[in-house]
Amino acid sequence: MFDRRLVYHFDWVLLLTVLLLAAVGIVNLYSATTSWTHGGTPIYLKQTIWLGSGLTIAMLVCLFDYRHLQYLAIHAYIVGIGLLVIVAFHGRATMGATRWINLGFINIQPSEVIKVAIILLFARLLSKISVPQGFAIKDLWRPAFWLVVPTLLILKQPDLGTTVMVVLIALTMLVFAGLQRTTLIWLTILVMVTGVLGWFGLHEYQRARVRTFLHPEADPLGSGYHIIQSKIAVGSGGFFGKGFLEGTQSQLSFLPERHTDFAFSVFAEEWGFAGSLLLLLLYLFLIAWGLYIARRASDQFGLFLAIGVSAMFFWHIVVNLAMVIGLLPVVGVPLPFFSYGGTSMVTMMIGVGLLMNVSMRRFMF
Amino acid sequence: MNFKVKWIDLPIVRRRFYLYTLAVVLVFVLLLLRLWYLQVISYEDLFDRSVRNRTRMLITEAPRGPVYDRHGVLLVDNRPAFQISVMRQDIVQRDELFERLSGLLDVSVEHLEMRWQQGRRLPVYRPVPLMVDVDRELVERVQENSLDLPGVLIEVRPIRDYPEPDAVAHVIGYLGEITEKELRSARSEEYRGGDLVGKVALERAYEDNLRGNKGQQLIEVDVQGRLLRMLQAESPEPGKKIHLTVDLELQKAVVAAFGERAGAAVALDVHSGEVLAMVSLPTYNPAQFARGISSDEWRDLLANRRNPLQNKAITGLYPPASTFKMIVALAALREDIATPDRVIQCDGDLVVGDSRFRCWKHRGHGLTDLKKALRESCDVYFYQVGLELGIDKLAAAAKEFGLGSSLGFSLPGERAGTMPSREWKRRQINEPWYAGETVIAAIGQGYVLTTPLQLAVMTAALANGGKVLKPQIVHRIEDWNNTTTQLFEPELIRQLDYSPAHLEAVNEGMFAVVNDLRGTGHRAQLEEVMVAGKTGTSQVVRRLSDEEEELLTGDELIPYLRRSHGLFVAYAPAENPEIAVAVVVEHGQSGGGVAAPIAREIISRYFHNRGE
Repeated sequence: MFDRRLVYHFDWVLLLTVLLLAAVGIVNLYSATTSWTHGGTPIYLKQTIWLGSGLTIAMLVCLFDYRHLQYLAIHAYIVGIGLLVIVAFHGRATMGATRWINLGFINIQPSEVIKVAIILLFARLLSKISVPQGFAIKDLWRPAFWLVVPTLLILKQPDLGTTVMVVLIALTMLVFAGLQRTTLIWLTILVMVTGVLGWFGLHEYQRARVRTFLHPEADPLGSGYHIIQSKIAVGSGGFFGKGFLEGTQSQLSFLPERHTDFAFSVFAEEWGFAGSLLLLLLYLFLIAWGLYIARRASDQFGLFLAIGVSAMFFWHIVVNLAMVIGLLPVVGVPLPFFSYGGTSMVTMMIGVGLLMNVSMRRFMF
Repeated sequence: MNFKVKWIDLPIVRRRFYLYTLAVVLVFVLLLLRLWYLQVISYEDLFDRSVRNRTRMLITEAPRGPVYDRHGVLLVDNRPAFQISVMRQDIVQRDELFERLSGLLDVSVEHLEMRWQQGRRLPVYRPVPLMVDVDRELVERVQENSLDLPGVLIEVRPIRDYPEPDAVAHVIGYLGEITEKELRSARSEEYRGGDLVGKVALERAYEDNLRGNKGQQLIEVDVQGRLLRMLQAESPEPGKKIHLTVDLELQKAVVAAFGERAGAAVALDVHSGEVLAMVSLPTYNPAQFARGISSDEWRDLLANRRNPLQNKAITGLYPPASTFKMIVALAALREDIATPDRVIQCDGDLVVGDSRFRCWKHRGHGLTDLKKALRESCDVYFYQVGLELGIDKLAAAAKEFGLGSSLGFSLPGERAGTMPSREWKRRQINEPWYAGETVIAAIGQGYVLTTPLQLAVMTAALANGGKVLKPQIVHRIEDWNNTTTQLFEPELIRQLDYSPAHLEAVNEGMFAVVNDLRGTGHRAQLEEVMVAGKTGTSQVVRRLSDEEEELLTGDELIPYLRRSHGLFVAYAPAENPEIAVAVVVEHGQSGGGVAAPIAREIISRYFHNRGE
């Protein structure tokens, strides 16, 4: 029953790109955490284990024809919402936010589950459209509802980063499906109103982040610290970088969160503009390849699945990089395959599995 | 089933792929441009900041140079003192903290608040000192409670230590925090806010020598500011050592001889111009400044009518009175007005124009020659001689001796005094000179004002055969290896051209003042060494201000402030002089009665020490 054509069409390019990114990420994590003296499994080893687990999951996702997944989309979504509700009442709090759920053997973040579920659900919804003129505003009530329920639950945790990611991924897919001009205008107005209202709904620390982003130097030792230190790290790398393990900003702990959200600063400091350029080209290639897979998908569901996963990569990469180099306020978004973290690795690897699935089955009808 | 084109193959969908790809590329270009800006364009600035980020420049204070007396006895040095300070950025609840500290340290919250306000001018990285020079017990108390005192730290800072504060206060001076104005001045790169600098006297005049150079330590720190390693260290260069010409024992003897009286005394080596002693009384305690003077203490010092902060030896202006008569005598001798055998009849007064000028001895001295006139300080003799001489010749002679002009003394604040002349009066008050004023000037009164230092220089010149020497208080400056970097050689201001016979005539008179039973200064007589000198009693013509009049009504100080100053100048040994002394006792009433015994004590101690 296992079709030989699957092996023949296996997307080695995608796999190699992802492996290359993850390998660079692990090397970088080694450097970012060398100054850590406390015991336990080193971070780079843990990340390697996560990479292995992630790859396994990606392969598992490949096994079943993605077309079956469209019937599972709604179930995944309901499970995701259920988990989000549970986490709202029984979650584990870290850093003042409740995002985790303890399943005994593993901690999972329901907001990550919902990311994947939204991609599946929207891909399924959009696979039905056949009109070239795009959605009118009245057609959007259903996707809007699906989006608003989990978004509010994630926002309550609070997790601004994931909320923004989920909304951006969904919007990217909707826009690709096509929106009427009036719909576009209405959406723009809606986003602006939400922005203004949202400002008052934000937690104080979130508002501080935005203010800090606008004037980081106003409070260099307080909330502006992250941005300033990160910019110093990146800029002091110069064109060729300070060399592996030689970044003073990271080795001397001036960089905060340097193994997670700010892992790229460590890389940029040690490898300079040259290294950053190569890394960014690699990421650009990954996204472009994702779009290429979407382009070649054999059906509309596969197309939107690939668009959704590519959007997920794109927005994570861009928001993380922009934040690290001071173009966006600090929101907790990890850099895919690069920042330390099992959750992020697993979510992104599920995405890779989905892409691969679509890519492998492009000639099957 | 309809057979229309599948949505996926619509051209508009294909175009969306291109648009999306383009958008992605554009965003990445934007990111790369930003990276280019940070890593290439802003590289130098940001690299600089990364270096500063991990390095801290710690300043190590240079020990200020010590000062010694002429025999190598320490006059001022440094000792480590504890001070309780606060780091401003670490303070959360200042009110609460001060409340707690106030109870712990037994000081008022207002005092802490005041220190806090004073300290706010300091640069941010500098801790604000709340209490300076606290004892060990308080330090321990703070350390025990350190958990409840966030931001409070104990610092050790060298402060000036004065083994004999009373005897040398006016010579050494004191330190104070650098003012903003001083910080802005040219040498400011050497200083930072909160530094202590010499404010007066030697500490100020030789600030550049005493200061030394601060050391620096470049250390690498982590984000908590913990020291990781020392990258570079430049040791501080201690301040230079200054050896003075003064003799501490002599200084102490002067202070003891004055007792409770106010005034000043200067003793000079007649051959070199070295200051052997310079004392001004009442004195103050420079240690008060070292540990941070309180505003009450400062107010008391300023309010004291006897001006303890003033170095009267160089800034006090007094009419020289009869100590000026030697100058008149020499000028008259040179002009052949007063030949040694000229005799003038003193009937107790002299009438000039409409005015009658009285001799201090109302009965008169009878027939008086130069020697007698000096010995018994006959005013009429000098009225007469002065009149014949004229004010301009008198002034010229006095100026030659260094009176009425600055001597270029190295301690700051030296005043010039006044030696009036026709020209001077026209310039100052635009009035002609009157003969009566010459009469008054001839006995060192009226407009004539001199400092004790000038009188000492004058006396030395009389003793050493007419050499007017620049008075010097610093003998040499040494670096830390005891290598002399600057040696102060005796400096001759001018050699006066009086014939030895004329000088001899005056010196004979001065010898008689002390050693003749009829002499006015016989209280300066010593058994072991022959002293020559001259008394002076200057009337205080100072008008009291209305405010002072009012304040002093019924006060015992009124008669005090109106009492005459007592003066005495002397040198010894009379035959082969070594030391010249000038003593001014403010409101001491009588030079012979009060100042002469002090001079005697100084000279006695000088020869006593030398004999050992």
